[in-house]
Order: sequence, then C-alpha cells, then structure tokens
Amino acid sequence: MTCPALRIVSATKRYGTLQALAGVDLEVAQGEFFGLLGPNGAGKTTLISALSGLVRPDGGIFEVMGHNVVTDYRNARRKLGVVPQELVFDPFFSVRELLRIQSGYFGIRGNDDWIDEILANLDLTAKAGANMRMLSGGMKRRVLVAQALVHRPPVIVLDEPTAGVDVELRQGLWQFIRKLNRDGHTIVLTTHYLEEAEALCGRIAMLKAGRVVALDTTENLLRRFASHALRVRLERPENASALGATLSDSGWAEFALERYEDVEPALARLREAGGRILEMRLGEADLERVFVEVMNRA
Amino acid sequence: MHEARLIGFRTLLYKEVLRFWKVGFQTVAAPVLNALLFLLIFSHVLDRHVTVYGDVAYTAFLVPGLVMMSLLQNAFANSSSSLIQSKITGNIIFVLLPPLSYREFYAAYVIASMLRGLFVGCGVLLVSFPFVDLPIAAPAWVLVFALIGGAILGSLGVIAGIWADKFDQLAGFQNFLIMPLTMLSGVFYSIHSLPQMWQDVSHINPFFFMIDGFRYGFFGQSDVSPWLSLGVVSVCFVLLAVLTLAMLARGYKLRA
Repeated sequence: MTCPALRIVSATKRYGTLQALAGVDLEVAQGEFFGLLGPNGAGKTTLISALSGLVRPDGGIFEVMGHNVVTDYRNARRKLGVVPQELVFDPFFSVRELLRIQSGYFGIRGNDDWIDEILANLDLTAKAGANMRMLSGGMKRRVLVAQALVHRPPVIVLDEPTAGVDVELRQGLWQFIRKLNRDGHTIVLTTHYLEEAEALCGRIAMLKAGRVVALDTTENLLRRFASHALRVRLERPENASALGATLSDSGWAEFALERYEDVEPALARLREAGGRILEMRLGEADLERVFVEVMNRA
Repeated sequence: MHEARLIGFRTLLYKEVLRFWKVGFQTVAAPVLNALLFLLIFSHVLDRHVTVYGDVAYTAFLVPGLVMMSLLQNAFANSSSSLIQSKITGNIIFVLLPPLSYREFYAAYVIASMLRGLFVGCGVLLVSFPFVDLPIAAPAWVLVFALIGGAILGSLGVIAGIWADKFDQLAGFQNFLIMPLTMLSGVFYSIHSLPQMWQDVSHINPFFFMIDGFRYGFFGQSDVSPWLSLGVVSVCFVLLAVLTLAMLARGYKLRA
C-alpha cells in the first residue's frame, strides 16, 4: 500500500493567544494537485511551515511520504520542496551558484544537468550567471521555484507562488507545474487567486481560524454549494433581497440555483413581484462563491 | 546517507566562506589595514619608551595582540553578520529547509568564522613583518589559541546573530561587550603595568587569557601560565558551544 504524500493528524499550534492550528487532520495522496485555501490568518502558512520544519507544532503528527518531520526530519525534508511566499534571496550569489549550493545542502553534487533543465523550463538559462540582485521580481520568483526543485522532491508545496507575478509568467509557471504533476509529483498549492485553484486543483481544503472547514474534490465543492447562478440587473434592485437573491455591489441580483429547471420559477417570482429585468446572465458557480459561502457558514 | 550529510555540511561551510571571500576587500583587507594603522601609530609613539617582559620591544609585544584582536573580532563579525543578514532578509529559510542537523549548522558557521579570523590574523602578521623582528618561540601555542579563540568568538557570533532581531542590537552586542572585552584584555599593554585592582579585573576577562596565551607562543613569556590560559579558554569554549547548540536544538528564534 502506498503511503500518502502528506499526512497531518490533530495538528495544533498556538502563537501567544492566537490559535494558528486548532486540530487539523489532512491527507494528500501521491500525485494529487491539492489546493489549500483560506483567508489571511487561516493557518495555511503555519501548516506548510510545520510540514517543512520551519515551525515547531505544539501537537499532532506531520508526515511527508511516510517520514515524520520531527523524528525522521532528514528524509522528510529530502522529499519536500517548498516555494516560500516571501520573495527572499541571497544577494551574494549568482543564480547558478545558488542552485548548486541548494543542491549541496540536500547532499547532491554534480547536479548541473538537472539545474540546466530547471533553468530552461523556467526560462532562466540566460540569467544563470546573473547575481540575484540584478533580477526582476518575476525572475526572483522563478529562482525560488528552481531552488525548491533542485533535489527532485516528490512533494512540492507552493505558498502563493503567483502573488505579484505578471500573466505571462503565471501561465508559464503553471504549465511547468502541471508538467511536474503529470510526471508524478504531488503539488500542494496555496493561493488567493481562486480561479487558479479551480482550474488546477483536483481537491481542495479550506481553512478558517486554524480548522479545516471544507475538504472535497473541486467538482464536489462546486456542485455542493450551488451549481448555477442566475444574475439579473433589475430596474429596481432594492426588491432583490425580498425575492431570495443576493445583491452585489455592482447592482446585480444573483439567484443561486441547483438545476437549470430552477431558472423558470426564479423568473416567475420576479415577474409576479413586478420586477423589470434590464440585463440577464446565466453562469456556472465558481470557486470564489463557494469560498465565500463556506467561510460564511463556518 | 552519511556521505549526503557530509556534503550538506561542507556545502554550508563553503557557502559561508564564499560569502566573506566575495567581499574580501571589506572582510579581510579592511581589518588588516586597521591593525596596520594601530601598529604604525602605537609603535611610533611608544616603541622607544616602553619595553615589556624585560627586553621585548613594544612593537614586537604589540603585534601578537593586534593579530589576536583582529582574529577574534572578525571571527565574531562573520557568523553574527551572516546570520542577522539572513534572518532580516529572510533567506535563512534556505538553510533551515534542507536536511541539515543543528550540529552541522553550528560547525559550519563556527568553522567559517575561524577561517575568516585566521585569514585576517595571518594578514595582520604578514604586514607586520617589515616593521618588527618577531620570534615564534612555540608555534603550537600560537595555533591552539588562534583556533580556540576563533571558535569562541564564532560561537558568540552565532548566539548574537540568532538573538538579535535588528542590526542595532547586534551593534550593541559588538560595541558594549566584544569591543571593551578585547580592548581591555592586554592587547596594548602587559597587565603587570596596571594597578593591582585592574590586574584582578583582567583575570575575570576571558579575552585576556586568549591574548596572553597566544602571546606566549611568540615570546615564551606571558603574564600568566599558558596552561592556565588554555584551561580558561577551553572551559569558555565548551560552555559557549553547549549554550549555542542548546539554542539551535530548540530552534530559538529560528524555528518558531
């Protein structure tokens, strides 16, 4: 039986009065593309930091590919690559020097073939000899990804890797990460760009105040919390709430529907109430609405 | 597996050495120049007026003190500045994420500090040769005190670098602890020239024993027995090593 890529049992962590993790249980199977979502302060980064050894949890079990991150930390860390949230770099070294040094920390020498491959995939070959200080923010972000991959970890954790990154780079980065996932790497992603999580992740956990408040496949989450949305712009939007719709700041009233058959009754209610429709759209539910719904209920 | 650990440790050591070597003008050449200026000024003013241990010229007496002072200060500066820079810029995580043990972490930072101290010390010694005829009576003592002194200050640098959250806290550690202890340790004078009270005070300053023992290696004479100095500095090193390793094992200010 294969072990899970990540196993977290009853994880707790407190910083002073703040309960950052309040009993998190989570398993991520090998080869998954897994999303970890939550508002700021939900505990995502603490969870990742505890997995990678940057934070000492107060309680619970953390395992990477079956290796306990405390008692068998050397093997656990060899199996894990972490792309940190902050744009950090060592200003003393060139890109290639940094990647060679990072390989060495993991006990790997003569890693230039793999380093060249990573540099090529991240479009950094031309910058291999450049000092880190000379790189743009987007390039520094790509070097962070490269550093996380030098030791070929089977599990890769990306903590908001596309924050402040332009569209072109974001596309390139996801293409590469998808390829890694297809090659068998387990990917764990935290992001505030929910459309990215929706497009990429097969399964998602949502955290709030240090607890897992939703955990399911992306498809099930979308289905469970509202499959369709009827959006209408009304002549008198103030009537929308009385008809069971949610009124957005932009003036659109939104009816959450489970099936297409529910469209007609909703329109009928509008007609009966004398509501005059100026514009109408019918759309699929997106992860953003699911996220808001889950957070409100939790 | 054992080889992988060794590569990890050696890489961290290499990185720490490369870090100061890349800015060698600032980390090696500048302290050598500082020591040379001390030597020129003090020897010019005092050489004809002062002799020490009976017939040792003041300039000759001064050189081992300057060598050791530069060695100690730079060993401290290396580990402390590397760690605080890494903490403040956040790149310390690149050392914390890999499978390096806290013992390997400690050994790499301290050995790199010792190497920078030795580079600077050798530099000061080399530039002093044109000015002074310096005997080396017992090279083994010179080497032993240089190594243990570098290790003590390297350890202190690790402690300071981990403890300090801001550069001014580190500067406080350096200016209010390291600098007074080195300057008042007999670099520029023999403690026998001091009043009895200050001689007694000097005996509770471990830096005095580092410099006195180091100086014994050159002249075969010192203010106190080199064996006493060796005992004091060895105990200091063991205590600091235990304290530093305990901090690292707990992840104090490194792993929240």
